[in-house]
Amino acid sequence: MPTSLTIHELGARFRCGLVRPTEAVRAYLDRVVALEPKVKAYLTVTAKAALEQAAAADARFESGTPRGPLDGIPLAIKDVLCTRGVRTTSGSKILESFVPPYDATVVARLRSAGAVILGKLNMDEFAMGSSTENSAYFTTRNPWDLARVPGGSSGGSAAAVAADLAAAALGTDTGGSIRQPAAFCGTVGLKPTYGRVSRYGLIAFASSLDQVGPFAKDVEDAALMLQVIAGHDPMDSTSATVAVPDYGAGLGQGVEGLRVGIPAEYFIDGLDPEVEAAVRAAIETLRELGAKTESVSLPHTEYGLAAYYVIAPAEASSNLARYDGVKYGLRVPGARDLIDMYSRTRGAGFGAEVKRRVMLGTYALSAGYYDAYYGKAQKVRTLVQRDFQQAFERVDVLVAPTTPGVAFKMGEREDPLQMYLNDVFTIPVNLAGLPGLSIPAGFTQTGLPIGLQIIGRPFDEATILRTAKAHEAATPWHGKKPELAP
Amino acid sequence: MIHAYEVVIGLEVHAQLLTRTKMFCGCSTAFGAPPNTQTCPVCQGMPGTLPVINRRAIEFGIRTALAINCTVNADNRFARKHYYYPDMPKNYQISQYEEPLAEHGHLDLEVGGAARRIGIQRLHLEEDVGKLIHEGNLETAQSSQVDFNRAGVPLMEIVSMPDMRTSDEAAAYLKSLRAIVVYLGVCDGNMEEGSMRCDANISLRRRGATEYGTKVEIKNMNSFKNVQHALEYEITRQARALDSGQRIVQETRLWDPDRGHTVSMRSKEFAHDYRYFPEPDLPPLDVEPAWIEAVRSSLPELPAARRQRFMNVYALNVHDAEVATQSRGLADYFETAAKASANPKTIANWVLNELLRLVPGDDDKAIAACPLTPVKLAGLITLIEDGTISGKMAKDVFETMYRSGEDARTIVSREGLAQVADAGELGVVVDQVLAQHAKVVKDWRNGKKAALGFLVGQVMKATAGKASPAVVNSLLTDKLPKV
Amino acid sequence: MPEPKITMKEVEQVARLARLTLSDAEKERMRRELDGILSYIDKLRALDTEGVPPTSHAVPMTNVMREDEPTASFPREDMLANAPDPAGEFFRVPRIIEE
Repeated sequence: MPTSLTIHELGARFRCGLVRPTEAVRAYLDRVVALEPKVKAYLTVTAKAALEQAAAADARFESGTPRGPLDGIPLAIKDVLCTRGVRTTSGSKILESFVPPYDATVVARLRSAGAVILGKLNMDEFAMGSSTENSAYFTTRNPWDLARVPGGSSGGSAAAVAADLAAAALGTDTGGSIRQPAAFCGTVGLKPTYGRVSRYGLIAFASSLDQVGPFAKDVEDAALMLQVIAGHDPMDSTSATVAVPDYGAGLGQGVEGLRVGIPAEYFIDGLDPEVEAAVRAAIETLRELGAKTESVSLPHTEYGLAAYYVIAPAEASSNLARYDGVKYGLRVPGARDLIDMYSRTRGAGFGAEVKRRVMLGTYALSAGYYDAYYGKAQKVRTLVQRDFQQAFERVDVLVAPTTPGVAFKMGEREDPLQMYLNDVFTIPVNLAGLPGLSIPAGFTQTGLPIGLQIIGRPFDEATILRTAKAHEAATPWHGKKPELAP
Repeated sequence: MIHAYEVVIGLEVHAQLLTRTKMFCGCSTAFGAPPNTQTCPVCQGMPGTLPVINRRAIEFGIRTALAINCTVNADNRFARKHYYYPDMPKNYQISQYEEPLAEHGHLDLEVGGAARRIGIQRLHLEEDVGKLIHEGNLETAQSSQVDFNRAGVPLMEIVSMPDMRTSDEAAAYLKSLRAIVVYLGVCDGNMEEGSMRCDANISLRRRGATEYGTKVEIKNMNSFKNVQHALEYEITRQARALDSGQRIVQETRLWDPDRGHTVSMRSKEFAHDYRYFPEPDLPPLDVEPAWIEAVRSSLPELPAARRQRFMNVYALNVHDAEVATQSRGLADYFETAAKASANPKTIANWVLNELLRLVPGDDDKAIAACPLTPVKLAGLITLIEDGTISGKMAKDVFETMYRSGEDARTIVSREGLAQVADAGELGVVVDQVLAQHAKVVKDWRNGKKAALGFLVGQVMKATAGKASPAVVNSLLTDKLPKV
Repeated sequence: MPEPKITMKEVEQVARLARLTLSDAEKERMRRELDGILSYIDKLRALDTEGVPPTSHAVPMTNVMREDEPTASFPREDMLANAPDPAGEFFRVPRIIEE
């Protein structure tokens, strides 16, 4: 079944002619048709274009000139990334009919690598949320329990990969939006170092925190995806000029002698006991594989959430100012004048969570409040970053739970503050700009996935991938798939 | 009345930079393109787009900062300035706020014979907005149209200290600043077309008072004259109001050049909350001292210094020096010609009168393209000095030189224009003329001095203008009494 | 009872600054929710940040610039394709009343 294979497994079959790209793409498209009524991961399926891209890949394999490991591989893209000629909504009504005339850099790189794009994936509106319940369109379901959320904001990406509705997917992570849904859906999810991957064409939520990253079925796939999208982009002034290493080389090196830090502040009272047990078991596995573990302290962890909920909404309120009905997107008709048009359009086009954050952010930046809120939060950010710098003087990676709990039921978390607490372990990593990933670390008694987070030094994705690979090779979790019948 | 008050004026100038591309994207800045054809997703503020700083814009900013005696801030950064308006694609403008490119400069002026130093508070860079076209006028339009070609063009904002005290000083400051930016090649200084814009802040206070009065912002002054008139109007308006016990409202007023008054812009009396914060999409700048020094050493001689040098070295008077330095191109032309000639004063005369008749003095391109090169002009002057042609003939030769691009000597010899100065040859003609105009000779004898001029003219006519006026004059003066 | 962190008047002012039309019900809910969030955020005050520099860029960089070389602009049709009210060569907007 081509749809149950990883990228590297499928690529091998393409190369030896066992499977052709068009067959694989058709298999995925059929599965999408069959399962989408249940999972609802996709906002837009681009079947015709996908088959055309697949045919081109077929020709390349036939003539013996494939482009690389991603050639012909069916992928899907979170709808927060601009795709030329294909509707891009960012999960919002205000961009319901927006068709960008250009590709995001990461999309262009995937296209150049020969990847086939199956469609655009559902998400919390403007990437604001932790459950995908804030999508203006519908809520994606967790493939492991269709009554539960897949996490967010990249819920569609996580669910699509978990349910074999794409071989891999791109998501984005600002406060945990790749790692948390990866944990909830039992997939690999990687947030690169800030600046490792271009943000050009990524519909901005919080400029100093956003990063694009892959969802994948296993660690090797995540490395393959990262290899293609990483690297400097002259269109993004915040993208790093640091050289991109070969993420595949050394992936199987193991963790013998690796110094692993366990942050004390991530094992709090509110941590689900099953999550804690799974994470501690994973740490034990790493010890058995030769890693040296020690406890470290990140004393400002509890302030990270508060700092984030000033900085992210402030930047968001600014980035979302452009959605005003003038040049693109929704315009509510019948307005008296310009200001009325602005207000009605934004009032109707934005959902409740977006409005909440825009209001919060506008308030935090307004005259008289800047120093107390935004200014203060940026200083706290420095303290959070320093915590990690100090820890990394003693250890090479940090290992912790990804989330305090597992996937909750739809509608269960209505209080915004309650929802924000989902991201307490992921947010500090964004504040510090560090690379972090989540990998499957087991299941609860009721069969819900549990995620293990691995955090590394800036631009040291290679070490966290290596650590993840070692754990994956020694455990059975990544092989399990949800039971989904059409 | 007015003299009871001290006037306090500050000027804010926005100068569009002569870079080839916009501040944050590679779209062209060329003027006159059809609407919305010089844009891209970045300058249109499309979702997901990001700015990238134009290095040359920074360089132009540094160049200007040095020319106006500012300190360049090595650490400077861009900030977002938020407000909603349809000509602003992102509804925030990328500008500079707490850390501008340069600060604490000054301009030295001469106004009415007195030397005045006007402080400059800051210089920073930002992006321009698009163009709004209202159907009709703003008050009655039912809709407006937006052209984003201009959105993103680099702007340099220069804010003066509130050091000016008269409208003359304001006009002088503006002229001086304009001359500098044009000299530096960073802006074309065209106020009518809007590539250089000026807003004023003006307040009045009782003489001797230490606190500033309520300031009013004046906009829409698109020429030096308009700036001066608008400020004069405001001074009168505010003085009258204060005299009658009224309070000055802090507001923005638009100058209406047709009606000759300022009109309130219906703004409420509160300041915009721009919610400035550092631009997260742009890493800060750390301008290296080596760069600043490289720019400093490539600065051309500035207008004021050049004016002074022209007065010292070429003995030009103040007025001529000012005209000659109105543009770098014209000053270069004059200097090249002056150096190639023994008589810079005559050169000045010809450049400032004859040349400027044919070529606009501030059009550097036209001056550079002028077929009558400075060296050729010097050649023409030499022919006058050595008596080869008369001054009057030279004017005709000048026209021919301008059209054909040939040098003077070629034209003179080809057309046989060389002056005749031989007294014997001319004497014959003079005798003939005296014989033909006995009545005029009689008039001269009777004391009509103008008769001499007439007779000179007749000799010139008879010699097709080639006679040396000096020789003719001397012959006539000599012969007339003897007729 | 602690002082409310944000008043209804402030909610209305902020909504105006942010160009958001909120129904009365939305305004009340917004006030409550923002109040709760701002109270939570207040814990930042407890932290001593004297002498701590702010971080506005997670990974420090400076002097990222490009050369002044023109690149092709986009065709007008592409730019107007998404316009809610295109008018020939322009984007059209409703009448502008100065605030």
